[in-house]
Amino acid sequence: MKADITIKMERCKGCGICVDFCPKQVLALDELGKVYIKNGEECIVCGQCELRCPDYAIFVDRREV
Amino acid sequence: MRSYEKYFRQNRLPHMWCPGCGNGIAMKSIVQAIEKEGLTQDNTVIVSGIGCSSRASGYMDFDTLHTAHGRAIPFATGIKLARPELNVIVITGDGDCTAIGGNHFIHGARRNVDLTVVLFNNNIYGMTGGQASPMTPMHKRATTAPYGTVDRPFDACKLAEAAGATYVARSTAFHVQHLTDMIARGIQNKGFSLIEAMVQCPTAYGRKNKQGQPSVAMKWMRDSAVMKVAWDKLPAEKKVDKFPIGILYENKYEDYGTAYSEVIEAAQK
Repeated sequence: MKADITIKMERCKGCGICVDFCPKQVLALDELGKVYIKNGEECIVCGQCELRCPDYAIFVDRREV
Repeated sequence: MRSYEKYFRQNRLPHMWCPGCGNGIAMKSIVQAIEKEGLTQDNTVIVSGIGCSSRASGYMDFDTLHTAHGRAIPFATGIKLARPELNVIVITGDGDCTAIGGNHFIHGARRNVDLTVVLFNNNIYGMTGGQASPMTPMHKRATTAPYGTVDRPFDACKLAEAAGATYVARSTAFHVQHLTDMIARGIQNKGFSLIEAMVQCPTAYGRKNKQGQPSVAMKWMRDSAVMKVAWDKLPAEKKVDKFPIGILYENKYEDYGTAYSEVIEAAQK
């Protein structure tokens, strides 16, 4: 996994914007309706989720190798 | 933690806006623009009116003022005249700014007061239960317009331009970086700057108008917004259901603070 995805669960309201704008289907909503990392290997660190998260709940950084 | 987060009151987060509300995105754009322009927490004042959008002042760690409905611009004018060295940013909504505060808005623009007004346009009165606002588009539904509103909406950008604003721009919650840029340019302008930030309201507007999923409204913004340069070249038939974004109008004119200081000087002679 080349990305560090940080999710602040206490801020997530489960609006699904990050899930819908992710080009690689990395994210999904769990049974409680909150975001989780479903397929972290696929992340290309484009940052679309972080850019449009209205609740500042998700952050993506490129992992230092 | 991102660097812009120092401008938020951390103990107030998460904010009370509905899931998927675009106000959070617009608020982030404002603090990023503030950071980009190098303003500090001590020389910046955030003034807001009443409504969903105006809750933003409570989450931002500056000197903030949450004022009466529609009266954000008069309060901000007062601050600017008393302390001209401060950067005053006004956060207002479509109902707050163009309905109850409509007169204050046009007269603020007419005087060219050095304010940066960020109008969060969600096309509806969200907080009070989804009544039609003066910026609800034609034939869109609201609780007070169950068959679609027949009131022609305001174009706040054209209104500001006609009233005398010296910087008028529009962007959307989808175009986050562009919105940040537009706000930053507005902060640079010495005079009345209006930035209309189109934001989605999935709860009040979206549910009534088949945009219940927040991303549906954002994809609509992506597909309907046309950059100003491209917009000017579009034939009229292709402009239907689209809207321009970018800097829509710019002009240079003496700002109110300068004119006011000249009056003070003349009176003291």
